[in-house]
Amino acid sequence: MIHFLVHDPSDDVAVAVVDISAGANCTGRDLVTNKEIKHTVTQDIPLGHKFARHDCAVGDTLKKYGTEIGKVVHPIKAGQHVHVHNLKTKRW
Amino acid sequence: MQARKIHAYRRENGRVGVRNHVVILPVDDISNAASEGVANNVKGTLALPHSYGRLQFGEDLDLFFRTMIGTGSNPNVAAVVVIGIEAGWTKRIVDGIAKTGKPVEGFAIEGRGDIQTIADASYRAKEFVQWATELQLTECDLSELYISVKCGESDTTTGLASCPTVGNLIDKHCSNNGTASFGETTELTGGEHIVAAKAANETVRKQFMASFEDYQKLVFTEKTNDLSESQPTKGNIAGGLTTIEEKALGNIEKLGRKTKFVGCLKPAEAPTGPGLWFMDTSSAAAEAVTLWAASGAVVHLFPTGQGNVIGNPIEPVIKLSGNPKTVKTMKEHIDLDVSAILQGEMTLDQAGDALIDMVVRTANGRFTAAEALGHREFVMTKLYRSA
Repeated sequence: MIHFLVHDPSDDVAVAVVDISAGANCTGRDLVTNKEIKHTVTQDIPLGHKFARHDCAVGDTLKKYGTEIGKVVHPIKAGQHVHVHNLKTKRW
Repeated sequence: MQARKIHAYRRENGRVGVRNHVVILPVDDISNAASEGVANNVKGTLALPHSYGRLQFGEDLDLFFRTMIGTGSNPNVAAVVVIGIEAGWTKRIVDGIAKTGKPVEGFAIEGRGDIQTIADASYRAKEFVQWATELQLTECDLSELYISVKCGESDTTTGLASCPTVGNLIDKHCSNNGTASFGETTELTGGEHIVAAKAANETVRKQFMASFEDYQKLVFTEKTNDLSESQPTKGNIAGGLTTIEEKALGNIEKLGRKTKFVGCLKPAEAPTGPGLWFMDTSSAAAEAVTLWAASGAVVHLFPTGQGNVIGNPIEPVIKLSGNPKTVKTMKEHIDLDVSAILQGEMTLDQAGDALIDMVVRTANGRFTAAEALGHREFVMTKLYRSA
C-alpha cells in the first residue's frame, strides 16, 4: 500500500493518501522518479494532509511540486503535521 | 481524441452544442417574475433569474451585456425569449443573440404589465419549444466542443489526481485542434510564473501577467487578513491545503504538460479560434462557470477534492474526484472516480481517456450528476457597485 506521495524529490513535505496514525512507518514514492521512499510519521495525518520530511526552522521556506508554498511560523520536526498552525503564505 | 465522434446540435452559425435549451432570459432583476411566469406556462423552457441589470455602467455594464448576450448565444441554447422592464436594453440583448442566427424575440413589460407580457411571451416560447424539440442530432467531431475547466473545494488529491487528469485531456483535446479555457486568476498565485511560461508568445504572456497583477491589486486593496478561509476556503483547509501557493500549484495541473495557451480573454469573452485560452475570472465556482457558459463553452470539467456540488443551467458540469473518501461520501455528485491514481492503480493517461469517455457520453445526452440533481447555479459577475 502507498501511504504518501511526494510531488518532486526536492519537496520538504509529503502528502498522506491514506489516514496515517502517529508512529507509523510509512512507504511512499515520488511522482518524478517513482522511487520508493520511507518515512516515520510522528503525528496522526489524515488523508490529504501533509507531514514534514525533515526538521524545519521558523523562517524556512517549504517546497511542494518543487516550488515554494509558504514559510514556517512554528518549528516542525520530521514526521509532524504541516498545516495552517505552522505554515503561512508568503504572498498575502 | 482523434476520430471520436459525438451526436450533437449544429447551430445556425456552425457551432456545436450538446444541449437544446429554450431559455427565458430576464434582462434585469425585476423581470425575473415574468420570466419565471413564462417558464411555468411552457414546459421545456428554462428561466434564468439573476440579481442585476439595473443602473450598471462602464466596464461592469459591458460585462453585463457580454454575459447576457453570450448566454443566449451559447450553442447549448436553441432559442431565446428575452424579457426586460423596458424595450431599449431588451432589444440590445435580442440583437446580440440574433447574430448567431438562432430564433430570439424580446418582450418589454413597461406599458402593458407582467400578465400581458407573460401571455405574449408564452405564445412565442411555446412555438420555440415545439420547433426546438424537432431539431435533429448530427454527427460532429469531439474536437468541435469548446471545453472549460475549473476545480472547486479542492484538496491535495486534486493536485495529485483529478486536476492532472483534466490536464491530460487538455493536452489531447488541444493537440486535436479543440478549444478550451482556464481561469481563476487569484488561484494562480504562487504558480503564476509557471502559467506565464506556458503562454504561446510574449504578447500573450504580458496580457496574462497584466490580468494577474490587476487582480492582486484588488486583493491588496481590500484584504483584511491573508484571505485564509476565503482563498484557500475553509473546505480547502479541511482537505489539507494550507496556503494559496499550494492550492495554485494543484490548480494549474489542469493546464496539461505540453499545451501552450494562445490568448487571454476578458470575463465572458468568446475565444476567436482553437487552442487553450486564459480567461480572467473569479475563483468562485458558480460565478466562473457562468462566465465560461457566456463565452460559449458547452461542457465544463470540474475536479473536486472535498466535494463541490455546483452545476450550471446551460453548460453541463462534469465532476471528477481523486479523493477516495469523497467518491463514497458524495457519490451522487461525482461523475468520474479517479482515486485509483493515488495508489498507482491508474495512470494519468488512463484517467484522461476515461474523462474523454465521460465527455463523449455527456455530449451524447447523459445527464451529469449536477443536471440530475437540479443544480442550475446562474451567478453573474459584478465588478463594482451600480450607479
